[in-house]
Amino acid sequence: MPIDTIALEKAIKRAIPVTHLEIEDQSSGCGDNYAIVLVSEVFEKKTTLQRHRMVNELLKDQIAQMHAFSQKTYTPKQWEELQAKSS
Amino acid sequence: MFRTSLRSSIRLVSRSAPSTLLKSRLTAYRCLSDEARSRISSAIKEKPVVLFMKGTPEEPQCGFSRAVVQILDLHQVPPEKMQTYNVLADPELRSGIKEFSEWPTVPQVYVNGEFVGGCDILIGMHQSGELETLLENNGVIPKIEEEAATATA
Repeated sequence: MPIDTIALEKAIKRAIPVTHLEIEDQSSGCGDNYAIVLVSEVFEKKTTLQRHRMVNELLKDQIAQMHAFSQKTYTPKQWEELQAKSS
Repeated sequence: MFRTSLRSSIRLVSRSAPSTLLKSRLTAYRCLSDEARSRISSAIKEKPVVLFMKGTPEEPQCGFSRAVVQILDLHQVPPEKMQTYNVLADPELRSGIKEFSEWPTVPQVYVNGEFVGGCDILIGMHQSGELETLLENNGVIPKIEEEAATATA
């Protein structure tokens, strides 16, 4: 069964506090290729690898059904800095 | 993936003694067989850099694998220090490596037997300069001498 954006969003928000979330369906509708940007305070003091492992774990069932899954993980502070830089 | 695990469990069962038949079948069905695990453990230490990918560096079969190959190429990782495995050519490895690394996707990069990450992480580390440091500290690529660095600056 294809994964939809809403299911992903629910699974993430159920598990961790989310400051900002972008989910992009890059599969042109077939639901097997997603890229997410996730900003959460739970990433504080965690390495990128630890953050990705965390997201992989909480989306385990969904990722197993996809072909590709790409993620960017930031703490609220990192995200603010990033926004400031790009504006 | 389901079919692969089933097939490997059948293979295991045929080799086991009847008394352990049920137990080993259940174990094999749920997790990586000891044989596959030890095969991967030695594979990750084969060369300083080990890449599990879809396709080959010459002909990657997936954009994410291609990106990782290009990044490693950009850092001039010498071919003799790198080993790549095509998971598409080996169904057992394809499912096994995901479980072994506890990482759901391919490509996967190991440096000196340590899991580094997949495509997203490699790109991030490349952009931040961490990848260069990691490869240097692990003796994969030569350290840029302080003098040379200041001379060009």
